[in-house]
Amino acid sequence: MANKLSLITNGLLKENPTFVLVLGMCPTLATTTSAMNGMEMGLATLFVLVLSNIVVSLVAPIVPDKVHIPVYIVIIATFVTVLQLLMQAFVPDIYRTLGLFIPLIVVNCIILGRAEAFASKHNWLESALDGIGIGIGFTLSLTVIGIVREILGSGSVFGWKFIPGDGILAFVMAPGAFMVLGYLMVLFNKLAKKK
Amino acid sequence: MTLVLFGTCLVCSAILGAVYGITKDPIAAAAAAEARAAIAEVLPEGGEISEAKTAEIDGVKYEYYEEYGGGQTVGYAVKSSTAGFGGTLSLMVGVLPDGTIFNTKVLSHSETPGLGAKCTSDKKFMGQWYGFNKDGNLTVKKDGGDVDAITASTITSRAYALAVAQARKLVKTLDPDATTGASLIKNKEN
Repeated sequence: MANKLSLITNGLLKENPTFVLVLGMCPTLATTTSAMNGMEMGLATLFVLVLSNIVVSLVAPIVPDKVHIPVYIVIIATFVTVLQLLMQAFVPDIYRTLGLFIPLIVVNCIILGRAEAFASKHNWLESALDGIGIGIGFTLSLTVIGIVREILGSGSVFGWKFIPGDGILAFVMAPGAFMVLGYLMVLFNKLAKKK
Repeated sequence: MTLVLFGTCLVCSAILGAVYGITKDPIAAAAAAEARAAIAEVLPEGGEISEAKTAEIDGVKYEYYEEYGGGQTVGYAVKSSTAGFGGTLSLMVGVLPDGTIFNTKVLSHSETPGLGAKCTSDKKFMGQWYGFNKDGNLTVKKDGGDVDAITASTITSRAYALAVAQARKLVKTLDPDATTGASLIKNKEN
């Protein structure tokens, strides 16, 4: 049991996809303009990651080495497209904010990375837990970056405005994403090393 | 090897086909609801809204909707797009038959967050369209017109005003003798 739990916490701390593995930077930088956007992107990735990890771990034994990447990509792309269609149909508002970045989950290196490095070598339950761990780690990281950018850039958190005025515009735009990510990465690694 | 790849693709396309079939109708319904909501927002309440129609002025085709009430046309909702600062700025513009603007709504834009993107949130900028005079000059004050620009976003404001002007021009050619309009504007502030 402790072993299973460590699979989840692994994704939060030791192998945090954003601050330690530094994977999936494109959606990280682009969608964290607010806390809500970051969280939604994280949850969408979590969904795909868990499902693709499970399926990859199940099919891995019968997939020959030569074609494993194409097979995994097809599986991942299928889940992403399913997610995209479902979001478009049932939560069109979220789809509108994230629209462009949903298809990009296909090429998010976290997902193929976990399929290759973890799911293909473990059973489905461990792979699912790994997907949950890494997915939550990714979601929390994106939410934190989003919160910081939203406070500095718009003076609000999750759309709740508590600082009047315009905020520092640069933090809503691309340069702010790099700055916030950089400083949070330093902070995260400093705190993580202490332990 | 080929067999595994073939099998994977086959299963995946079957899943996609099934999901597409399930979500096709809800997606169409959501898109239609969104379009209807945008039209209803820019027109006076209570009328009946027509199907999409198209008209052409200056070589550009526009999609518009007509609203009927009490046996006559009470307004038009025109889809109008111009080049903004960061890309296409697409608006739904509600125009009363005589050319008075009723309301406007941004359908899509790629303006700078915090600057031009305020065209969807700046109350002063958005509020000025309600009841905008049928003979008012639809260019920003900097260019000698009657439109209050968003601070530090003149290009976006110009594009917005131009989109509204296009819609008004279209309505004026559709219905050149109409007089209904200004009376529908109630309690306009300032």
